[in-house]
Amino acid sequence: MSLDTAERRPEQAASAPAVWCSGLRKRYRGRVAVDDVSFTVGRGEVVGLLGPNGAGKTTAIKMLLGLVRPDAGEVLLLGQPGADPRARARVGYLPELFRYQPWLTASEVLALHVRLAGVDIPAAEQRESLALVGLADRAGDRLGGFSKGMQQRLGLAVALVARPELVVLDEPTSALDPIGRADVRDLLLELKSRQVAVLLNSHLIGEVERVCDRVVILDKGRVAAAGTLAELLGQNELRLRLDTVSPQAEQRLAAAGSVSRDGDNRTVRLPADLDPATVPDLVADLVRLGVRVHAVEPGRISLEQRLLDILRHEEHA
Amino acid sequence: MTAKIVLTVAALTLREVARRRVLRALAVLTAVLLGLSAWGFSRIDAEFGGLTSGEALMASTIVLNLVMFGLSLIAALGTAFLAGPTMAGEIESGIALAVLARPVRRGAVLLGKWLGLVVFGSGFVIAAGCAQLLIVRFTTGYQAPQPVAGLALLAAQTTVLLTLGLLLSTAISPMASGIVAVGLFGAAWVAGVVGGVGTALGNDSVAQVGTVSRMILPTDGLWRGAMYAFQDPILLSPQLIGHPLVGDAPLAGAYLGWAAVWVALVLGLAALAFQRRDL
Repeated sequence: MSLDTAERRPEQAASAPAVWCSGLRKRYRGRVAVDDVSFTVGRGEVVGLLGPNGAGKTTAIKMLLGLVRPDAGEVLLLGQPGADPRARARVGYLPELFRYQPWLTASEVLALHVRLAGVDIPAAEQRESLALVGLADRAGDRLGGFSKGMQQRLGLAVALVARPELVVLDEPTSALDPIGRADVRDLLLELKSRQVAVLLNSHLIGEVERVCDRVVILDKGRVAAAGTLAELLGQNELRLRLDTVSPQAEQRLAAAGSVSRDGDNRTVRLPADLDPATVPDLVADLVRLGVRVHAVEPGRISLEQRLLDILRHEEHA
Repeated sequence: MTAKIVLTVAALTLREVARRRVLRALAVLTAVLLGLSAWGFSRIDAEFGGLTSGEALMASTIVLNLVMFGLSLIAALGTAFLAGPTMAGEIESGIALAVLARPVRRGAVLLGKWLGLVVFGSGFVIAAGCAQLLIVRFTTGYQAPQPVAGLALLAAQTTVLLTLGLLLSTAISPMASGIVAVGLFGAAWVAGVVGGVGTALGNDSVAQVGTVSRMILPTDGLWRGAMYAFQDPILLSPQLIGHPLVGDAPLAGAYLGWAAVWVALVLGLAALAFQRRDL
């Protein structure tokens, strides 16, 4: 019998994944919100949670964080059982419905969350968290006067302030302008470089595609697909516009992958785990073989296209 | 860790009260009530020069109980409408999501809220009650026989009501929980008055109404104990049995014990309801 990695309960806390959940189920008044959802987020890994509205993404996230009681299933956060609040000591969370105490100032909200997290973070470091989200000059202002975008930025600072090893972000850019979205993308990349695990629920697929190592796609409460971007998106392709192609050059093209031709345009199908040297080597060889190269265009099926394919396929099924 | 969370949330609740308009509204209402009572008591002294000392004493002590009832009503309204929004409002708005995703037990957060509200509610009735007792003393010279016990019972009454408000707020909407808590407080008081009428008329089954309501919701029982502590023994005359502003007997230790158990039970129930609630 073979077990999926998501189904085998990890034992070692220190090396355990940031998130491990298995068989999560939740029904609300007879309607299934989440049905047998299992996935993992490795340490330092950025995983995107995708799916249409009502797919159960937020409910799944809330079950991970103990905010919603699962009807069935098991959760481990950083190797500790999710039912134990201590499992969340190193977890930062930005809820989809982000609201903070309007009678507190931004810096007081951070100080409160540092106390609740039970960690000792110097005031200077707390201020840095505010600066990181562009709120350094509003630290002393009460939240009552904050715009939605500013509150969401504060929410990011709250999620990051207690030196988390796992950050769960539920639609972190829903209230942000394009600059704010770019800031969040940079922030995610920085977290990734610091080996902080991130579970990101976002409907902005481009954002997910750019920062996530893996993607879990939920539909109607179930995992419709999961895997690395390369696994999900499948093959790469290389579109070339060439002339004076000799038989040797044709052979060289065929050696790289299966070739389809439309006039001067050729499309070479390349493997998913593409070696970065493959394309430059191929182009250099073609030039050496006397081929005139007019255009080289690497292509990939977009995640958006793939997501739509998966969801439509599910619908038909 | 749990104690730290309880204290953190209690401090947060007190800060909320201080920064929201509730405190200002309460301060204004209390100042108006205290001002009016100071004026009224000074008139009792000035206008009723023809009264015997016993009649003047009776007037003062009954009016004191009336004003104290006003204070306890302000405290009841204030805490019930504070206890509701502070829990249900935070669940509804989403403020609770970020807080409860921290490594905290929900019971500890609820206990912290309760503690903060108890400190605030009790602090309010004790401070306003002290001011009232001083006003009466300086205007009429009347001195309540057991001021400390009376104020402690008023604080206990406030605690009972806000605990009920907290339980309701874990299950129903913020405004509804405030309204229901105050409604039940009023109903218990009316049932107490009905029971008093039953006692005065010697009708046991009507008198039972008050006894039963005092067991179900101890606010009225504690209030009657507080009145007894504030009033002069002169009021314990047969003509005044069952009077809504007269406490007939001191509170039994067993009843105080029941009130404490009641608070613990309701708080435990609130913690259980809150623990099971999906956010």
